[in-house]
Amino acid sequence: MGSGAVELYLPGSEGRPVLLSPGFVREVEDLAGRMVSRCYQCKKCTSGCPAGFSMDYQCHEIIRLVQLGARDEALRSAAIWLCASCRTCRERCPNDVDPATVMDCLKVMAAAAGVPLGRRRVRTFHRAFLATVAALGRAHELGSIALYKLAVPGAALDDLGLGLRMLSRGKLKVAPDGIKGRGEVAAIFRRAKARETRLRKRFGRTGAAEGRGGHT
Amino acid sequence: MTERTGGNEKYLYYPGCSLHSTAEEFNESMQALLGALGFVWEELSDWNCCGATPAHAQSEFLGAALPLRNLILAERQAETWDRPTGGAVELLVPCAACYSAFRLAEHEVREGGERGRELGREVAEVMGRPFEGNVAVRHPLEVLGRQEAADRLRAGVERPLTGLKVACYYGCLLVRPSEVVSFESDPEHPESMDKLMTLLGAEPVRWSYKTDCCGQSMAVAESGLVSELTGRIVRAARGAGAYALVTACPLCMMNLDSRQKPGPGERALPVFFFTELACLALGVGRPEAWFRRHLTDVRPALEVLEAKQSASA
Ligand code: SF4
Ligand code: SF4
Repeated sequence: MGSGAVELYLPGSEGRPVLLSPGFVREVEDLAGRMVSRCYQCKKCTSGCPAGFSMDYQCHEIIRLVQLGARDEALRSAAIWLCASCRTCRERCPNDVDPATVMDCLKVMAAAAGVPLGRRRVRTFHRAFLATVAALGRAHELGSIALYKLAVPGAALDDLGLGLRMLSRGKLKVAPDGIKGRGEVAAIFRRAKARETRLRKRFGRTGAAEGRGGHT
Repeated sequence: MTERTGGNEKYLYYPGCSLHSTAEEFNESMQALLGALGFVWEELSDWNCCGATPAHAQSEFLGAALPLRNLILAERQAETWDRPTGGAVELLVPCAACYSAFRLAEHEVREGGERGRELGREVAEVMGRPFEGNVAVRHPLEVLGRQEAADRLRAGVERPLTGLKVACYYGCLLVRPSEVVSFESDPEHPESMDKLMTLLGAEPVRWSYKTDCCGQSMAVAESGLVSELTGRIVRAARGAGAYALVTACPLCMMNLDSRQKPGPGERALPVFFFTELACLALGVGRPEAWFRRHLTDVRPALEVLEAKQSASA
């Protein structure tokens, strides 16, 4: 057993010793602005979580991982990307932990840390969507779906029938809308980018760059 | 104008990206309804995308700063109006996702402590002016539920939706987090849409999936998740005896309208924007044209309605 590694059995760790970072809970609390340590594992969040059936760790387990300092387990989980941001957990948590915001915070940290992402294609979709907003000031569905499909191998034919039905009913605009204040929107994106760069310095990219690794 | 719009002479209107693309029928029916009820409004000029889920998932700052630019534009635009009453101008935001993003951003600037102040400062630098809080973000369901609007709506019904059983589906974004976004007296059991449907003569069913999640923007990257969640909602609505689902959110519409897999012998359950049904009852706008844009055939619900209407005539 190396320093910081303890024999900890977690559903996703398959008996491997899990490396704990004791400072992790403070980092998350600081970045998310939420008191994760207040969670007493009542599972009220998980009981109401609609995406739980698809998650590797349930909502309260993600919170527990953070409390324990199981940084890698939390940051590599699929759960943080499968969270649909419905905020049921936030609404019902008796301790105001706001797991929904913690999930967002963990996504940001995972991307900044450069760990392999549990569901990279969700992030790819977010980036494709935001790329059209950054360029035009408004979202452009066709553009973002095209960018997403270019980036995700094997996705080109997903939902092709649906895409065609949407096109034929005029639901997907071909020509994008652009706004005059694109410069202001671009300035907002630059400031967001500067924050990301600061976070990357802080949490460090641990080897695997974001461009690497397959889509899951 | 003041007495006709409940104290505000004129509203601002933010359509958002969905109402300009996948949900144009929501935009058209919303405006037809507001027009029929005597509302006066101006579209926010040069509005930008609110960022939706991708923005707050990528960066908390981005998720709040994008809506904040719109709020600052709204203040600037309303300043040019000749407004005798003063007070905050109400900004109508029909898309539930945009509405939620606006309310959360406004909340962050006002209540978010040092973080909120920093957000406000940075966006003020970009825009050349700060957000001063003279714009109040409103969802149309809240405004339409006010006494005067409701009275006008009741008086305007030409063709009541008699016998049309509907499952009013609110989803996540209009009700959670309730302390920031909700205008319902009980956010776990919202009623604004049910009340509106009752005014139109329809029969809202009692069911327990009103505020369950449809999967939101996961449809592209995680379509399996969305199919499962929409399947549960549709089954529950059907089980409660509804002939149709009614929504106030373009994302919910997209997911419910496009991902149904009816079982053997079943027809897919039609999905309507509440504004489309209101226009149908009021006899305004172009419901036929809007319904042609739906992916799920709406005829099963319209056939039931026609049968019930002629039976009660
Ligand atoms: S509801 Fe709150 S306190 Fe209960 S397990 Fe979830 S996060 Fe912890
Ligand atoms: S916000 Fe995410 S984690 Fe919380 S209940 Fe909804 S899907 Fe589950």
